[in-house]
Amino acid sequence: MSTHNTHNVIELTGVTKSFGDREVLRGIDLWVREHQAVALIGASGSGKSTLMRCVDLLEDIDDGDIFLDGDVITDPSVDTVAVRRRLGLVFQAYNLFPHLTVIQNVVLGAVRAQGMKRDEAEVRGRELLERFGLAGREGDRPDELSGGQQQRVAIVRAIAGRPRALLLDEVTSALDPELVGEVLAAVRDLKGEGVTMLLATHEMTFAREVADTVAFLHDGRIVEFGSPEEVLAAPKRPETQRFLRRLLEGGRL
Amino acid sequence: MVVGGLAALILTSPGWSKEGGVRETFFSWSAFKDAFPDVLSHFWLDVKVFMLAEIAVLALGLLVALTRTSRTPALFPLRILATVFVDVFRGIPTILLVYLIGFGVPALYLTSTPPSAVLLGGVALTLSYGAYVAEVYRAGIRSVHRGQRDAALAMGLTEGQAMRFVILPQAVRRVAAPLLNDFVALQKDVALISILGPQEAFRAAQIIQGESFNYTPLLAAALLFLLVTIPLARLVDRLGGKGEVR
Repeated sequence: MSTHNTHNVIELTGVTKSFGDREVLRGIDLWVREHQAVALIGASGSGKSTLMRCVDLLEDIDDGDIFLDGDVITDPSVDTVAVRRRLGLVFQAYNLFPHLTVIQNVVLGAVRAQGMKRDEAEVRGRELLERFGLAGREGDRPDELSGGQQQRVAIVRAIAGRPRALLLDEVTSALDPELVGEVLAAVRDLKGEGVTMLLATHEMTFAREVADTVAFLHDGRIVEFGSPEEVLAAPKRPETQRFLRRLLEGGRL
Repeated sequence: MVVGGLAALILTSPGWSKEGGVRETFFSWSAFKDAFPDVLSHFWLDVKVFMLAEIAVLALGLLVALTRTSRTPALFPLRILATVFVDVFRGIPTILLVYLIGFGVPALYLTSTPPSAVLLGGVALTLSYGAYVAEVYRAGIRSVHRGQRDAALAMGLTEGQAMRFVILPQAVRRVAAPLLNDFVALQKDVALISILGPQEAFRAAQIIQGESFNYTPLLAAALLFLLVTIPLARLVDRLGGKGEVR
């Protein structure tokens, strides 16, 4: 097993991915350092979700390598289940399990995947739920919660197994505007705690505030990469400038 | 209204009240009283076969559905086998399958004493209904959104765990009503094992009818089937209603 730069929790080198004839990722180089947050921005369909799914091995990549803590994870010999146990992924559509209660959603992975004792997992689950303003909702079904509450449960579920890094795939895009704030607060909280994260987002204000690095994905390539000030305030590439101008005109910046 | 119309049609028909008419040959209270205990005692065989076959059907159907929906490349031959199983046993009329297995297997002389007709009939019913139920399960599994599997795998569950803890519980809930519907059909089709000889309710009623030249015992058998299938049907309704609310 080849090892790579160990300062990077997540690293992608030359990653390509096609669906049929459609090239979605055309050679991605990207890295996330320990305790850092990298915000992935770009238009819908630019490949942000695909990139996230590739890192969590929900999609096979065509070429290139992805590393987790310096170990290559995209080799066929790698145990994909073991890799996923070291990562947390939060989806745009929450994807909570509707037949399970909130606490059952949270402890399922901890117990079945991480091998924690049920009591232990429940204690930790309750603590986390309380911390994210969900105390008293343990016994509810997901459909009894608001979208913002559901997404916070999904975040708790993703961190219950203490992942090395958290992948957040447009976690506020499906929410009503008034519910976005509570979910962003949860992410901000985790960032403050030092959780390493890669987040795809449409919230530029939030990206500027929480991200250490912003990567602009355009047409399957990362065309601009740097601090939020560099990429969002003074973009060099015309594609980035166009993208940000369009957001500004749409009132989203 | 339809029931009332039919009743009126039967009651006013020329064959109803004449000497040796339908009232006497199908609705004779004394014949009913005489035949009922005997038909009832044989109905227990229907109930027993139904219960055992149903358990076997649920297990076999699940196994076939899981095989057909599996993604592991190594299971490809098994997937083909499962597909062939469904095609064959769903495609053959149940009555024909009961005949083929009921008379064909003993002819093979695989065991020193031939397997019982009840067992063979039960096996035939299990194969036929197993194929149907496998497709019901499969439809349920496929109806669970892809995001559920993604989320289960993302939290580090194996494919098997994702199926067991996340996908299957949702799938089974969704298809509970159609599954019960197949229960009702199976319960009725248990009468088919009578063609192999065992005396279940229908066969017992037929024998009494043959001796007495009165058809009322058949009505007694029909009533017994209804006593089981109607409560099942109400259960289907209740589950169906719940499915819409959730």
